[in-house]
Amino acid sequence: MSFSDSFFASKFGITRRDLENHLSEALSRGGDYADLYFEYIATSSISIDESIVKSATQGVSLGVGVRVIAGERTGYAYSDDLSPEKIRHAAQVAALIASGPAKVEQTPLEEGRKRNLYPVVMSPNETEFRERVELAQRADIAARAYDPRVFQVQVSYADSLRHVLVATSDGVLNFDRQPLARMSVFVLAHQDGGAPQQGHSGGGGRYELEYFQKEKTPEYFAKEAARQAIVQLDAVEAPAGEQIVVLGPGWPGVLLHEAVGHGLEADFNRKGVSAFSGRIGQQVASPLCTVVDDGTIGGRRGSLNVDDEGNETQRNVLIENGILRGYLQDKLSSRITKSAPTGSGRRESYEHIPMPRMTNTFMLAGEDDPEDIIRSVPRGLYCANFGGGSVDITSGNFVFSASESYLIEDGKLTRPVRNATLIGNGPEAMKYVSRVGHDLKLDEGVGMCGKEGQSVPVGVGIPTVRIDRMTVGGTA
Amino acid sequence: MLSSEDLPELARDVIRQAMAAGASDAECTISEGDEFSVNVRMGELETLKDAGSRGAGLRVLIGKRMGASYTSDLTADGIRQMVRSAIDLAALTTEDPFAGLPDPEELGSIGIDLKLFSNETADLATEQRIEMARRGEAAALAFDPRITNSEGGSFDSNVGSRIFANSRGFLGSYRSSSCSITVMPVATQGDSMERDYWYSHARSSAGLEDAASVGRKAAEGAIRRLGAVKVETQRVPVIFEPRTARTLLSSLCDAVSGSAIYRKASFLAGKLGEKIADERITIIDDGTIPGLFGSSPFDDEGVPTRRTPVIERGVLKSYLLNSYTARKLSLRTTGNASRGITGNAGIGHGNFFLEAGTRTPEEIIRGVKNGFFVTELIGSGVNIVTGDYSRGAVGIWIRDGELAFPVAEVTIASTLQEMLNGIGEIGSDLEFLSSVSAPTIMIGEMTVGGR
Repeated sequence: MSFSDSFFASKFGITRRDLENHLSEALSRGGDYADLYFEYIATSSISIDESIVKSATQGVSLGVGVRVIAGERTGYAYSDDLSPEKIRHAAQVAALIASGPAKVEQTPLEEGRKRNLYPVVMSPNETEFRERVELAQRADIAARAYDPRVFQVQVSYADSLRHVLVATSDGVLNFDRQPLARMSVFVLAHQDGGAPQQGHSGGGGRYELEYFQKEKTPEYFAKEAARQAIVQLDAVEAPAGEQIVVLGPGWPGVLLHEAVGHGLEADFNRKGVSAFSGRIGQQVASPLCTVVDDGTIGGRRGSLNVDDEGNETQRNVLIENGILRGYLQDKLSSRITKSAPTGSGRRESYEHIPMPRMTNTFMLAGEDDPEDIIRSVPRGLYCANFGGGSVDITSGNFVFSASESYLIEDGKLTRPVRNATLIGNGPEAMKYVSRVGHDLKLDEGVGMCGKEGQSVPVGVGIPTVRIDRMTVGGTA
Repeated sequence: MLSSEDLPELARDVIRQAMAAGASDAECTISEGDEFSVNVRMGELETLKDAGSRGAGLRVLIGKRMGASYTSDLTADGIRQMVRSAIDLAALTTEDPFAGLPDPEELGSIGIDLKLFSNETADLATEQRIEMARRGEAAALAFDPRITNSEGGSFDSNVGSRIFANSRGFLGSYRSSSCSITVMPVATQGDSMERDYWYSHARSSAGLEDAASVGRKAAEGAIRRLGAVKVETQRVPVIFEPRTARTLLSSLCDAVSGSAIYRKASFLAGKLGEKIADERITIIDDGTIPGLFGSSPFDDEGVPTRRTPVIERGVLKSYLLNSYTARKLSLRTTGNASRGITGNAGIGHGNFFLEAGTRTPEEIIRGVKNGFFVTELIGSGVNIVTGDYSRGAVGIWIRDGELAFPVAEVTIASTLQEMLNGIGEIGSDLEFLSSVSAPTIMIGEMTVGGR
């Protein structure tokens, strides 16, 4: 597809000439660089509670953001009206960051290479609403059927179809169509009317609706959520203090996102405020650890054909055999530090300034058998599932909350334990990784990452790993 | 292009169109806002953002079925599509016997001026805004030679209005403004690097704390974290300073939300009228206090806000309810409906706070022989269903009644049930810095997880 057939050209009559004019306006007071980000997003959501479809919502939001960079300064403005006068006004406001003569030379806009990591013909957002409601209802039925102790089920299904167009003063012209869908199931169970326990599960990605019919069905997510709630009914108090911790494969990869991922975002490092600042080439993890951030995996929630600054996403090695290799760059940071772009400039919407962000962050598989790893632990904690996490990138201290974990006693998983927070220090914690399994698994596709008030979808993954020392926040 | 003055009439028109298209009831929310933010880092202007946007949302009922939609396109076409979409979706939802709008006699707006808006916030010159951000950061950088870096000083403001109309004759609108100064300095000493922040938030810049004072407090916070160590795992008294104590209140607010209660997804479900906390605990939700950030003349269903004692001397007196959760629980709405521009209303809060006690924070600290003073909490380890509490913590160790040395990379754990009953002290230092507020709180004993 060429620009003239693209969404914004055909639906809103936006021409190359318009884009060039707006970019000139943005650089009318000088500045080194300007870009335009057009966004049109249609969303739908369904929520089922007490087996009733209590809400069905859909809507659209559209707008354009204009950014001007002058040295290390950024000016930003946006408009939710795509008329030329409104865009011009936004460009004039963003231009105020610079103060000098207009920048006259213009690089002609050139369309970027086309690839499609999510070749979705009909996005879930474009399918019959009724089909999506029926999928969500199947999850409700399956969760209730799993066990008589299940007494409360909430299912939510949400999808979106985002069209973006990026035009920059250094000649980038890129557009993309980004489908996304997610199903979540939340279950409460109790034993003989006693205290309830919760379980949740969910997943999705940049797929057609068929994904939920053939690959990961509503029943799959429902059973998983119900299973977790039932397991928790027998949970005992979690241990407190330093333990040997084994992380199961998949979602526990949120460890990497918190312990190293955020700390390697180039904005923090350029400013010298990250615990990882100035440590490229140093040992920051055990030699068993190789961590990558890869925005190019087909269909994944964190994947993008182009980032929100018009650069192609790529596979970036962050840590190789324990050695820190690189940071995640956005345009501003790569300009200032004269580093190659990594395709990591992302933003929540047209109302937001892009920042370096993660895509799909995971550790490569090792050689150990997962069973052997568990057998190697005399006494410790096995974490199968987590809730969220967060990090203080300056001190490097991070936490993540275990939602399903078990005591390891004499190399065997014994009792499930109650929810507990695990805490560690980024550049230190991963030095204690002593075993890495061969069972790399990516998460199911539910991750949402927040940074400075902006949320973007991401993915994580990890094989089974043993960490010899980590503090567990239990009470026992 | 519609002007702001046209928006109430637009809301009324959306309701008319929805009713004409077959809705038996309808609610329309329109919001409009301008945001401004500036960040100054190491004395240099770093980012400047200035823009505005608006959006409309519609919820319709056809009998007992609900449909909802929203749009940022307020043209006649955009509005027609939004109405069509909500009506179509109502055909796909299930009948819910409890669905509905508040009863007409419950609708209304409180009659006093809540002082939510100041012209001065919108009128403030850009140079003045930049200057406040700059002064805040400069004061932090000058505070101590160990303040070596910064994520900057910033000034942010928002000015907006909210319009709400429903098919039972309610039409209300209000404007609000807010602005804030935030400073985030970084301190270093040897291998230790720590950041902290401080902020001031007000309806107008005249109500803000002096920028330099904000900067100095932020710097002081970062300095006192330098050289933090991990302590042994132990059970000790834990003191939450107001900044962290308010997060306990947020968890309790979630636990008394009508949505969690009717689903039995809260450890406080079914406990109305029971003693659930130490008798020194009184928690109030009040959406009617002028100027505060949790105040508004009506909630997001057009019900007047009010003062609701939630826990009174340790006894659970009320949940926070909207009309739906009230019907589910055979109670009356407490005017706590909350939502964005679309969907079903959830539960929010007004100004949700713990009433102050009598002792100063210094007196409380002096009374602790060996304990932990918590200045920051990280992570999301609070389970409202079970009450399990386990979070990452940063703070200062207390030895013989004195703040002795900084502590980091530890956890604190207990259950909300035990914490409510195990309150040791409540401070006299209640300040309404945000819509959820608490004075200093001491919990008699919690598990600190460390080495």
